[in-house]
Amino acid sequence: MNAIGWPNWRRLNQEGIVFAIAILLFAAAALGLPGFLTADNLVAIVRSVSVLGILALGMAVVIIGRGIDLSAVAIMAMSVAWYLQLLNTGTSDGLAFAYVLAGVLAIGLLNGFLVAYADVPAIFVTLATGSFVFGYVRSQLITQDAVPVPQGHWVELLGGVRFLDIPVEVFVFAGLAFLVFLFLRYTKWGRFIYFAGDNPVAARNIGIPVRPMLVLRYALSAVVALIAGLLTAASLHSINTRVVNSTLLYDIVLVAVIGGIGLSGGRGGVRNVLVGAALIGILLNAMTIIDIPLLYQNLIKAAILLGAIIVDGIINPRDEQTAQQGDI
Amino acid sequence: MRLLRTLMAAALAVTAFAAPSFAADDPGPAAYAKALNGKRVMLVPLAMGFDLAQGWAHYLKKEVEAWGGTFETRDPNWVVDAGAQAITDAIASDTRPDVLIIHAPDLNSYSKLMKKAQAAGTYVLLVDNPANFPADAFVGSDWDKLGQLEAEAAIKGCGENSSKKIGLVQGDQANSSSLYQYAGIMKVLEKHPDFQVVAKPDSNWDATTSRNVTTTMLQQHPDICSIIDFWDGDATGASAAIRDAKLDGKVFLVTTGGGEKAADCDKLNDGTYGAVVMTDLARQSGDMNAIIKFLLQSGQPAGTSHTYIYTLEKATTKADLKPDSCWDLKALQAEAAAK
Repeated sequence: MNAIGWPNWRRLNQEGIVFAIAILLFAAAALGLPGFLTADNLVAIVRSVSVLGILALGMAVVIIGRGIDLSAVAIMAMSVAWYLQLLNTGTSDGLAFAYVLAGVLAIGLLNGFLVAYADVPAIFVTLATGSFVFGYVRSQLITQDAVPVPQGHWVELLGGVRFLDIPVEVFVFAGLAFLVFLFLRYTKWGRFIYFAGDNPVAARNIGIPVRPMLVLRYALSAVVALIAGLLTAASLHSINTRVVNSTLLYDIVLVAVIGGIGLSGGRGGVRNVLVGAALIGILLNAMTIIDIPLLYQNLIKAAILLGAIIVDGIINPRDEQTAQQGDI
Repeated sequence: MRLLRTLMAAALAVTAFAAPSFAADDPGPAAYAKALNGKRVMLVPLAMGFDLAQGWAHYLKKEVEAWGGTFETRDPNWVVDAGAQAITDAIASDTRPDVLIIHAPDLNSYSKLMKKAQAAGTYVLLVDNPANFPADAFVGSDWDKLGQLEAEAAIKGCGENSSKKIGLVQGDQANSSSLYQYAGIMKVLEKHPDFQVVAKPDSNWDATTSRNVTTTMLQQHPDICSIIDFWDGDATGASAAIRDAKLDGKVFLVTTGGGEKAADCDKLNDGTYGAVVMTDLARQSGDMNAIIKFLLQSGQPAGTSHTYIYTLEKATTKADLKPDSCWDLKALQAEAAAK
């Protein structure tokens, strides 16, 4: 990457490879599949990865700071399930939303506090809080896996909002991506995340408030998860907590990592998330159009991802200079 | 003497009259109580958090407790391993259930465990999902037949003057309910060669995936006249895609479910679903109760006989909705909470 942030095409990195694969797939699908290159289908592709992409944005901020948030999907599903349950049992909208927002922030702050001040590895903290959130909300606060949106509620209306026939989650995804981009690139705290992720000890030594910033990132990730959950409920008119058991969490990490955000922290940005989301979106859409069974879809997805990682490994071999401590 | 004789005759007469009434004393209740009292029944569904499991548990509990047994449930929460663990623990515990009702996640996962349970003397009932295992009884849908009903409903929903294009949103390629449903649908469509299946993606039982694949399907084939989604739990996704494509009323959505009011009848009523092949859950639970009572009284060792009790299924449309077409989970929960 050079000074203004454009990729250096002479030295192809993982992001470049994945981007190239995405372009190739796109071209092949546009030529070979009737109905792929229509405005409606392109919108559908972006929409199908909007929620995934939004969650990956939150995850990206955490990963760049050398962390990981495995509680994101639990927070997304359970916060909204609880919100809808409160509404269905007659709690006023403002109060219900205040409860839920407070709960979401509390979990985000707890994640951050345990990682930053108790020095527990993020992977264990968030795994535990994710299970806790799911278990507590599922057993104590809601009665059903699936909680419907009350008729006529703003969440239901939100799902029907269209500008120029484009669903609202596409705009939310674009807006959030832009905001995170501005945050990471042009704010002091955004830049500090890279320093903290690259070398936390050095960052602390030069006076960066590493720990409060860590807490902030997990709180941010939790709020992003809530937004993703609200959009899911808006589209489906209900939220199903079964999603916590699905592979969504791995898909989020995948979108971030395949786009080139290193799990060791300090590298990557919003563009990596967009590239990763584009590849997954095009891949899934093309395979659905060809009508490939789900089992083979998983196989193909895995093969392409493995291929990208292997090519990256060959082009950019790891050695003592590029490897970092804490690399996963 | 005369008096004595009269008295004796009278006594005899009384005995004679009384005797038949002794003989008519029904031995049933005593035998019933002896066989059933204190017996344990355990239900291990895929998860306790959805309508079918909650409905079964409600109806079973009521009946089992009425005959003096104990009823328990385990909640694997859709995790196959957790279900296996629950079954293993149940077999090994001091309070081993006398009847184990299992909702199998796929054809094979629990087969060994069910065999173990039978070896330990526990009757094994399979509910809803068939498995490759000779259980003491299977109670649930004949999924092949259910698929046929869905296909017939879809053909009827399309009509003669339609595009005759049908899309399927399958569950997955492992669950017997999905595989047999597909087989049943194809059987009917073979008899109607003018109808064709234009796409058959999997939803993996997830509503968001169902929405995404249905969106793509409708873009590729905007003239689809009917979609069959394999479960009402994810058909909300297919219906969202139809709504988004502004094809409400043009695409006849067929699905299947447990006949819960909010999940099925309300959605038939508002036109979200065109037809739902509904399982009569109360009757299905009644079937389970009957076979449990039979097995516990039979005295036969577990694994002796293999009975299939298929629930009567019917494709219900808005036109034949009746006030009692569905059961109401909310009402059951309120009833349970009131106790």
